[in-house]
Amino acid sequence: MGDAEQLQGIREAYDEQYGFRDPDTYVFKARKGLDAEIVGQISEMKGEPEWMRTQRLKALEIYQSKPVPTWGPDLSGFSEDDIYFFVKPAEKEARSWDDVPEDIKRTFDRLGIPEAEQKFLAGAGAQYDSEMVYHQVRKELEAQGVIFKSIEVGLREHEDLFRQYFGTVIPAYDNKYAALNTAVWSGGSFIYIPPGVRIEMPLQAYFRLNTASIGQFERTMIIVDEGAFLHYVEGCTAPTYSTDSLHSGVIEIVVKRGARSRYTTIQNWSDNVYNLVTQRALVHGDASHEWVDANLGSKITMKYPSVYLLEPGAHGEILSIAFAGRNQIQDAGGKVIHIAPNTTSQIISKSICKDGGRSSYRGLLKVYPDAAHAKSTVVCDALLLDDHSESDTYPYIEIENPSVTVGHEATVSKIGDDQLFYLMSRGLGEDEANAMVVNGFLEPLTKELPMEYSIEMNRLIQLQMAGSIG
Amino acid sequence: MGAALEIRNLHVTVEDQPILKGVNLIVRQGEIHALMGPNGSGKSTLSNTIMGHPAYEVTAGQIIFDGVDILEMEPDERSRRGLFMAFQYPVAIPGVTVANFLRNALNARRRMTNPEDKGIPIPAFRKLMIEKMDMLRMDHEFAGRYLNDGFSGGEKKRAEILQMAVLEPQIAIMDETDSGLDIDALRVVSEGVTTLYGPNLGVLVITHYQRILNYIKPQFVHIMMDGQIVESGGPELALHLEEQGYDWLREKQNGSGK
Ligand SMILES: Nc1ncnc2c1ncn2[C@@H]1O[C@H](COP(=O)(O)OP(=O)(O)OP(=O)(O)O)[C@@H](O)[C@H]1O
Ligand SMILES: [Mg+2]
Repeated sequence: MGDAEQLQGIREAYDEQYGFRDPDTYVFKARKGLDAEIVGQISEMKGEPEWMRTQRLKALEIYQSKPVPTWGPDLSGFSEDDIYFFVKPAEKEARSWDDVPEDIKRTFDRLGIPEAEQKFLAGAGAQYDSEMVYHQVRKELEAQGVIFKSIEVGLREHEDLFRQYFGTVIPAYDNKYAALNTAVWSGGSFIYIPPGVRIEMPLQAYFRLNTASIGQFERTMIIVDEGAFLHYVEGCTAPTYSTDSLHSGVIEIVVKRGARSRYTTIQNWSDNVYNLVTQRALVHGDASHEWVDANLGSKITMKYPSVYLLEPGAHGEILSIAFAGRNQIQDAGGKVIHIAPNTTSQIISKSICKDGGRSSYRGLLKVYPDAAHAKSTVVCDALLLDDHSESDTYPYIEIENPSVTVGHEATVSKIGDDQLFYLMSRGLGEDEANAMVVNGFLEPLTKELPMEYSIEMNRLIQLQMAGSIG
Repeated sequence: MGAALEIRNLHVTVEDQPILKGVNLIVRQGEIHALMGPNGSGKSTLSNTIMGHPAYEVTAGQIIFDGVDILEMEPDERSRRGLFMAFQYPVAIPGVTVANFLRNALNARRRMTNPEDKGIPIPAFRKLMIEKMDMLRMDHEFAGRYLNDGFSGGEKKRAEILQMAVLEPQIAIMDETDSGLDIDALRVVSEGVTTLYGPNLGVLVITHYQRILNYIKPQFVHIMMDGQIVESGGPELALHLEEQGYDWLREKQNGSGK
């Protein structure tokens, strides 16, 4: 098969299932580009309090004053002047799928969201371009005081709680794209789980881009109160366009004493999307937080979920999966900051590259002087599917306390001819054999996922593998 | 008449080194053949070439299976058509369970006969696995282990025969399945193969020792030296080798060669 044909194959498979597009049906679209007027327009359309508008405008200044980072993948090809920063999909956010505009509902049907909600979710949100078009949580959870709303509704209905936490985990000055998000945020979830409430089924939000050349700036805030438990899942897809889009989210999470939370991302962007996301969790005493971060697709992803272990007994885990195909760069990893004694953490990163894709593990493990007896392990494994793909690791480790135990391992392997031959000699086609080796490589992570999501992951890997000839 | 595997004047090079130099052999369904020969004589090269390993280049000759020349076919197609090789050195696939792997392999076969096939239902597959594992006296937890990953030498060989039992090939090549098996395991595995054997299965047993042939009784024995089959005969040939070694054959070769 020729290169062009191969590429065609991959595109077709993605287009068929995720890369399709709907006609434009937005109710409002700001002009292209970014300035104070656009920011003001967003704030006004959302009917926000003055303090929020002020914060947005301040953040815009920070964004404009910070240089584009040059320590990672090359972002110089991206131009903000070509981007629509705000595209409002519908007049109102619906509480029932029947009230979602027909075209949009059809898209989410096709992506299987209402069905998943029925079967195994405790609540679901769906964002289309710049705003949530649907948000709903099971009645019995609402009765227990669980809040699961769009971020806009969160601000409107729970302003005190919102203001108490907004920008405290990730301030606007944290990095250029956190500043950008703070200026133009739109959509995302607002979640509060009261003390002791354990939600066994996941809450899920799905982020969908439709318009070409759009920027999506989801802002999510999650507070898991003492002794509570939450699993939140985020899925993302987009149509395939020849022009670039931008997804730049900020996720702030606070996990209080004895609570446990897990945030799973299964991102499956088309390969014209820049994906620059900041996500951080603050973990209190004897609490734990886990990031399960699966990054498939996109043009460039830069994403390093972080965990701050603030009090004794806090635990953090980052399980990162990156799949870089043709013309894709996955710069992913994680950061763990041990601030208090007896805190523990684990980072496991698995990356896969094929058809010239590039993946980097970029991680930081930092142990402050007070964090006596902290323990951490970092494992990063890369699997290359051919000779022209590449993988790097940048593991930064800064330890300022001598009583700390740290383990670090890194491996790079290639799918061998012998593995392929073995599987094919049992009747599996080349793609299937490759996908099987890849799924096996990821198995230590996918087995951590609820069954529905591990099936989904396996299917997505299969899709990524389709059309590849080594 | 059943399917036959016919090797005609096969020449194979590895990295431009000639290894097989004109091999002729026919194995039919319902027959058991033994292939013996010194280390490095080309036995595994022959079996790998039959299955289509990309490192082995066929420079002359043919491999006909069931009346069709299979030389241009990928290994997966050869397998789905009914060829099987139990590897001398099975390869580990971390993270993939024996059961998951075999179910996929089985489904790939089913899809060949019917592209619409939805795959074997899980309960039917489970039953099949248990039946075959019991036949080979394997612990059921084996199905959940990662394929050949951390298996002992003997476990690997047993797992190869489990795959053969599940996939039900027409012609199976067993490349030194006996090496690495303890005495009891050799008996169990051999009895398993004997159970599978019948008019629909032809077997090519590659071995260095008579022991396995006491269980899996060949009608034909062939000896390979330096890339050619230099002697063929009945079961007595294997016994003769066990007593005499290969020297008499080498002498015979040298005698006739000059
Ligand atoms: N993949 C390979 N790469 C390089 N050389 C090879 C390869 N496969 C086989 N050879 C060479 O071909 C020759 C025959 O090897 P082969 O494995 O076929 O022998 P064998 O008869 O199976 O031996 P044994 O009884 O030790 O298993 C040897 O010299 C071997 O080194
Ligand atoms: Mg051999």
